[in-house]
Amino acid sequence: MNVLSIFAAVPGFTSNQTSLNPVGPMAQRIEHTFTLIFFTTAAVYLLTMAVTAISVWKNRLHKDEFPPPEQTPTEQYKRTSIAVAGAMVISILLLFVMMVASFATSHAIGKENGRAPFEVDVYGHQWWWEVQYPQPEAYKTVVTANEIHIPTNSLVRIHGTSRDVIHSFWAPNIHGKRDLMPGYENDFVIQADEPGRWRGQCAEFCGPQHAHMSFLVVAESMDQFHNWMDAQAGTPPPPSTPQTQHGQVVFLSRACIMCHTIRGTVAGSRVGPDLTHVGSRDTIAAGTLRNNPQELAKWISNPQQIKPGVRMPPNPMPQQDLNDLVAYLESLR
Amino acid sequence: MSPELKTITGRPLTAEELAQHERLDRVWREPSGFIGWFKAVHHTTIGKRYMVTAFIFFLLAGILAAVMRLQLAMPDNHVLGPDKYDQFFTMHGTTMMFLFAVPMMFEALSVYFVPLMVGARNIAFPRLNAYSYYLYVMGGIMLYVAFFCNTGADRGWFSYVPLSGPDYGPGKRPDFWAQMITFTEVSALAVAVEVIVTVFKLRAPGMSLNRIPIMVWGEVVTAFMVLFAMPAVALSSTMLLLDRTASTQFFNPSVGGDVLLYQHLFWWFGHPEVYIIFLPGAAIVSTILAPFTRRHVFGYTVLVLSTVSIGFIAFGLWVHHMFATGIPQIAESFFTAASMMISIPSAAQVFCWIATLFTGKIVLRTPMWWVLGFLFVFVMGGMTGVFVASVPVDLQLHDTYFVVAHFHYVLIGGAVFPLFAALHYWFPKITGRMLSEKLGQLQFWLFFIGFNVTFFPMHLVGIRGMPRRVYTYPPDIGWTRLNQVESFGALLLFVSVCIFLWDVATALRRGPAAGWNPWQAGTLEWATSSPPPSYNFLHLPTVGGREPIWDDPPTQPVVTGLHDDAREYLTTRVLDAEPEGREEFPGPTIWPFLAALATTFMFIASIFRPIGFTIGAIPVAITMIGWFWPERQPAARRREREIWSRP
Repeated sequence: MNVLSIFAAVPGFTSNQTSLNPVGPMAQRIEHTFTLIFFTTAAVYLLTMAVTAISVWKNRLHKDEFPPPEQTPTEQYKRTSIAVAGAMVISILLLFVMMVASFATSHAIGKENGRAPFEVDVYGHQWWWEVQYPQPEAYKTVVTANEIHIPTNSLVRIHGTSRDVIHSFWAPNIHGKRDLMPGYENDFVIQADEPGRWRGQCAEFCGPQHAHMSFLVVAESMDQFHNWMDAQAGTPPPPSTPQTQHGQVVFLSRACIMCHTIRGTVAGSRVGPDLTHVGSRDTIAAGTLRNNPQELAKWISNPQQIKPGVRMPPNPMPQQDLNDLVAYLESLR
Repeated sequence: MSPELKTITGRPLTAEELAQHERLDRVWREPSGFIGWFKAVHHTTIGKRYMVTAFIFFLLAGILAAVMRLQLAMPDNHVLGPDKYDQFFTMHGTTMMFLFAVPMMFEALSVYFVPLMVGARNIAFPRLNAYSYYLYVMGGIMLYVAFFCNTGADRGWFSYVPLSGPDYGPGKRPDFWAQMITFTEVSALAVAVEVIVTVFKLRAPGMSLNRIPIMVWGEVVTAFMVLFAMPAVALSSTMLLLDRTASTQFFNPSVGGDVLLYQHLFWWFGHPEVYIIFLPGAAIVSTILAPFTRRHVFGYTVLVLSTVSIGFIAFGLWVHHMFATGIPQIAESFFTAASMMISIPSAAQVFCWIATLFTGKIVLRTPMWWVLGFLFVFVMGGMTGVFVASVPVDLQLHDTYFVVAHFHYVLIGGAVFPLFAALHYWFPKITGRMLSEKLGQLQFWLFFIGFNVTFFPMHLVGIRGMPRRVYTYPPDIGWTRLNQVESFGALLLFVSVCIFLWDVATALRRGPAAGWNPWQAGTLEWATSSPPPSYNFLHLPTVGGREPIWDDPPTQPVVTGLHDDAREYLTTRVLDAEPEGREEFPGPTIWPFLAALATTFMFIASIFRPIGFTIGAIPVAITMIGWFWPERQPAARRREREIWSRP
């Protein structure tokens, strides 16, 4: 563990999207293997290059000419052959050690499969993440987008697939990546031990907005997690102020309703993200913008300017309507 | 007329030899004039064209990369939008892999040098060779015309389904990409056949298997890899094209198709592809080390066996590109073991090279600098390869900038550094003039430093979580500084390549004459004038050692008894290269060019309508009939000389 702390001290490897700042047992195990391979290969590289540099320095000719070719004396040839053979044996042994270490890590991570008390379904879309928490009673199923809440110190099974092209689910502080592929269902288990907001991003090229397809894994205590689940399972209260009431009318009478769901209203389409509790999220447009009234208004009026190619069309509307709509959406917590 | 009419020992030609030169040159000279340009079939002509064309594609792909670095130099930048960026990175990868690396490292170098190094007067099947070149260049032109018409491929050099399939890749962009594959595959397969036959049947007498130059070993193993790897990608891209144009459903999961099938087929080709590019590079290194360390390369047998075993093992690793797809653990373990295993023969090669340096006398001229640069860069790429071979670590690094760094260290290190070494080394042979030593070393150091400044920070930014193929990134995530350093390094690379072009341009006009063998090397291509005469060797050589010019006694015999009124050559046995029989090369003709035109029409037409394939087959058939129509005079001559009969 001491060697590992050297890594943790390297500036830049402490962010919330790096594999060298692990916050869970999976990423931690991987980091151990990474460290083993790093030190082994670095030592081999430095040694090899030192021998190369010394050989060149020692044997370089000062005159710019080509002497006749020579046979290496038998004695020297033998010694060199033994050195080459020795280097080969050492390389093979080191490779073997690194291989066994990576088998052991794979095995240890794989053992956790099937032991997770929580399951989260993740569906990749161009270019956002649909997240569902299946419940025994179907109507209690929590549906959200681009934000995955998990309890700390608990195994969580991610059940992933794609609704269109291949995506890859990757939150490096927690675990390595796993592809979400149409026609395949991939199950893997994650765990975060440190509360926090760990950023993840799509890692498989999925079209023009591949760059803007990130998500947050929000790790929080079991109590906070259950509170959040309860809040998300309910329907939001009906709009209470005249502004939000008008905002709801705007939402239900414009193009919004064609693609989005807000439970408790007639909006029930599943093309775009579920907006039932959109006000509670940190970001919008899969991590592209912060979730605040200015950014949300900018996004609604012309998403194509912010995320060209995104499925959502521009929505020109009077400023008053836009303000009320934004106020309504922000009230959905 | 050949520039220097003398033998390698400096003796002027006798009257008899002069007369023989006249007769051979009359038979072998390439046709002149504009039309004659399209009739050429000699391997040096076609090889030079391959080199120049592939280098132009290298420059184009480099410019695309420079623009991408400009876009990534600032967060949330707007030099390229997402649509353009996707086209740029796809065209960059596609061009580098299919239009530069394979055509340059395999086709260009083996077409030009393999016949010279085995002491032959031409490559086997010279007309097929011309055909392969025209197909390659037309495929490349098609891809770039499409690109300039805003129909550039934009689904990555791998074009995974369903993103490139009919539902998510509208328009014709992926179709042009898929058909470009077909062009370059046909061309590479043709050259593979030529190289294998040339090496196995056309070697100089005495060049038994254990005396074949390592360069030739590298190219012939590569040729076999091409034969087994390329059909897989031709298949996957054809299936993709059928899904897109003929409504087949190979890759449509909603009706039972399979998106992973495409990846398996693609990587069955894609991984060996890496070694198809690297093995010629490694062979160049082994070749160049000998004259610049003034000794035979250390461990010939080990180097050759490593080359062959890399050729085999390379086919057992393809799944390590797919670890993140959720492969069963036992299969993962197998492919991890295989991926680590391939570093054993690679390590053996590296240790032999270092042993050569350790026991030799080192002449530090430009080609040697590039070889040393290769060692530092490529070995680093090999080390990062261990990271991505390990399944758990790969799950973190896969599809990040770490991988971008890794494969640029391996591919630029393993192919571009040896290529520049080769260009400096063989430029005197190809053109008869020397490149500038001063500019060469300046270019090397700029490239070496620029390369590391560009690509080393990519390791770090990848570990910090930056995925590949993103057209931009947010400012607050800690990737900005590293990306700016990378973009600055790209500038150094750009200057370095400009210096090389300047060096070549000036050397072509007023470089000092090279003479036959400026590096005092030992292989056969240096046993003729620079540039080689139209018939390559006045006296076809025989071989008494691995470095014939060094090892042969002064009494080494030459081949006699071949007619010099036709393109006659000697075939030898596969193992010991004992003379076996005589054969005649076909001469220059326009038909390969016409056949390539007809094939191009067929391939492009089938992008738009499936029926295009059927209609296009008619002109192809016509030109092929013209090509293979027997000629009366050579047939009669062969009958008279009984050169078809074999024991």
